[in-house]
Amino acid sequence: MVKLHSRIPEGPIAEKWSSYISNQNLVNPANKRKLDIIIVGTGLAGASAAASLAEMGFKVKAFCYQDSPRRAHSISAQGGINAAKNYQNDGDSIYRLFFDTVKGGDYRSREANVYRLAEVSNQIIDQCVAQGVPFAREYGGTLDNRSFGGALVSRTFYARGQTGQQLLLGAYQALSRQIKKGNVEMYPRMEMYNMVMVDGKARGIIGRDAITGKLERFSAHAVVLATGGYGNVFFLSTMAMGANASAIWQCYKKGALFGNPCFVQIHPTCIPVHGDYQSKLTLMSESLRNDGRIWVPNKKEDAERLQKGEISGVDIPEEDRDYYLERRYPAFGNLVPRDVASRAAKERCDAGYGVNSSGLAVFLDFKDAIERLGKDVIKAKYGNLFQMYEKISDDNPYEVPMMIYPAIHYTMGGIWVDYELHTTIPGLFATGESNFSDHGANRLGASALMQGLADGYFVLPYTIQNYLADEINTPRFATDIPEFDAAEKEVTEQLEKLMAIKGGQTVDTLHKRLGKIMWDYVGMARNKEGLVKAREEIIKLKEEFWSDVKITGELDDLNPELQKASRLADFLELGELMAMDALNREESCGGHFREEFQTEEGEALRNDKDFTYVAAWEFKGPEKDPVLHQEPLNFEYIEVKQRNYK
Amino acid sequence: MNLKLKIWRQKDTQNRGKFVNYELRDISPDSSFLEMLDILNEQLVTRNEEPVVFDDDCREGICGACGMYINGHPHGPDTLITVCQLHMRKFKNGDTIVIEPWRARAFPMIKDLMVDRSAFDTLIQEGGYVSVNTGSAPDANNIPIKKEFAELSMDAAACIGCGACVAACKNASAMLFVGAKVSHLSLLPQGKVEARERVKRLVAMMDKLGFGNCTNTGACEAECPKGINMTNIARLNREYYKAAF
Repeated sequence: MVKLHSRIPEGPIAEKWSSYISNQNLVNPANKRKLDIIIVGTGLAGASAAASLAEMGFKVKAFCYQDSPRRAHSISAQGGINAAKNYQNDGDSIYRLFFDTVKGGDYRSREANVYRLAEVSNQIIDQCVAQGVPFAREYGGTLDNRSFGGALVSRTFYARGQTGQQLLLGAYQALSRQIKKGNVEMYPRMEMYNMVMVDGKARGIIGRDAITGKLERFSAHAVVLATGGYGNVFFLSTMAMGANASAIWQCYKKGALFGNPCFVQIHPTCIPVHGDYQSKLTLMSESLRNDGRIWVPNKKEDAERLQKGEISGVDIPEEDRDYYLERRYPAFGNLVPRDVASRAAKERCDAGYGVNSSGLAVFLDFKDAIERLGKDVIKAKYGNLFQMYEKISDDNPYEVPMMIYPAIHYTMGGIWVDYELHTTIPGLFATGESNFSDHGANRLGASALMQGLADGYFVLPYTIQNYLADEINTPRFATDIPEFDAAEKEVTEQLEKLMAIKGGQTVDTLHKRLGKIMWDYVGMARNKEGLVKAREEIIKLKEEFWSDVKITGELDDLNPELQKASRLADFLELGELMAMDALNREESCGGHFREEFQTEEGEALRNDKDFTYVAAWEFKGPEKDPVLHQEPLNFEYIEVKQRNYK
Repeated sequence: MNLKLKIWRQKDTQNRGKFVNYELRDISPDSSFLEMLDILNEQLVTRNEEPVVFDDDCREGICGACGMYINGHPHGPDTLITVCQLHMRKFKNGDTIVIEPWRARAFPMIKDLMVDRSAFDTLIQEGGYVSVNTGSAPDANNIPIKKEFAELSMDAAACIGCGACVAACKNASAMLFVGAKVSHLSLLPQGKVEARERVKRLVAMMDKLGFGNCTNTGACEAECPKGINMTNIARLNREYYKAAF
């Protein structure tokens, strides 16, 4: 029986992390070079962890499925990164960032972790500037900030609309320096297919070389997951095409608990879906809500004419527009948190006020901002986003309002970890979006970059030593041992089984069907009946997949169809777990909205008495139901309230 | 819209490649170029043929994974855009579209439209960084940076490493890629410390990896999806001369 220990240090919250660092076990420099660490994924969390651990003297093996570590999907983050610097002199502090993050997460995150995140946020900015990240600056040469949803201060640092790119390049360059020095062995186009345990500890992985199709074995003293989120279970999302859950799923099936799988973030400002051939959704940064105003017509007949394409947004006079976020949430207006903004858009569209041909879009309008600040200022702030919008939609957002709709964007759920980012498997750690993370039931904008880099630069490089200090007598070992044989055999059998099906439906056809089930029943609004149905349908679809999927090509070759099929096999199982978790959580909180649990005004209604816990699921076998473990959440420093952005 | 496609198919480096013709019907002008290739691949798989292999990932124009010649232009006919952001409305019904991989000695062929661009990683490993360890940074506002330089640095840092500049160049030169990295870092006080060493090492490695010389034709800038400017090449030359004396 697994026991959950969050291992939160004793003492006042502001002293926990410093007292942890002062008292933890460390590894001396001579021993560091005898210890190997595998890091899977080279996004913000993975690249920063790999670089920092290698700088310390550990030997790192880093893996990514892309052709270069620089292409990890962190690169697509647009808006910015939060930190409690208070450079704007607007009353920000570590406590306030901590408070906003816990509140934004609807009181479903661990206080101690979030406080530590806020605490190290300032070091991240220092580190990135020292690496040469070209953040936006004021004329006096100091750093500029902007505001993001869920906060009353300006604490977001940014590099145009490409903040993720610049932060990732900083981490990638630090990683590149360590590759050159020989402290990191880099394996691009190598995807993790299995995790290897020896004597109950994580000791290695089985990778598959995407070019040759060959399986390879890698051993180490610890394994770190930095593999990102699982939003592609929905098929359409803002995730990269290759983003997948297979690494975390293999670890879950080896005994790592999965935390809050149903907590998915739906981002309010994405370019709407336009056809069934669509492969992915494109985000328009939340920073646009600083200056853009969101509205729909207040007359249904105007909405209908918009849907028929008879008129455009500019034809509707000011008095006939409903700026519904400003109307419903006067204090935060267009800058309410993402879950609130997404649900409000869905509510208006469901009521028939949607503004495009499908009726599933609202306007994001820059007319007032352009009048107030001038086109040049808007262009300097958001130029690349406007250009991207125009290329995709063929509309000029300087002239006509943008059309946006919510889309799957981020997964707060993930592998359960303790304060040390250690999973329930000794020697297996999870960082960044791949862990169940510090964001509770909803992540605030510009906090993903903060968490990825906090974990990778400043948290994991310390906490992993507390584990490795006991491993200094374990010599490097070869991979020709029975545990590796068995792990490799599992993968080979699974892939051979897939190749042998030779059915009639393509992988994408089946994946789109899974996505539709997930979006319809496990999406923005969920209810008991739908979730029960979702689970039944996923089980049926899984059977269909295993009897009718069609994969061309060879097993031992570059084979994108096999790669996709193997990922989908895992998504099908994960989708079922997400439905189960959503069914179990009989409350609405953050991104998880159960229609049965809402206030009279349609706001999310939490049930703190019964659900102030992390739901951590334990795998029990392929044909058995997983077992739910609860980690109670205690709030000592923040009073738990109904969130109010009015 | 209905289209004729001529696509370069090559199994691997051991086998010679050739153009293969395909026809596609009823493609929506609102679909992206890669979605059009997805549709082709779905049809190929259904017919038990191997799908066309190409690199892609973010499909938002920022990861730099995608890239191919379309009708002789890297990333296709539109400007300031990657293939994944190119939409079919830029083509006409009945068009014939010729699709080829990047062709450069430093980017060896892998399969179909996929090439190996790891030479770019090797270049960054050679010195495309600031040598600062985690934890040793001073406060971020300690060194003011003139806005103008921060902006110029950001212009250069916007490079996505897709390889279009190399593909566009008749000499397959990597001067724009290297110039962008040298500029990004040498324009900032944090990067100035190692500027001389960096530029010498990067230029030497660029030659070693088999990239050609620059003859200032400007094809790289014309085809760059991020609008990286040739002044970065001028700045690379200037930094190189500075480092030599």
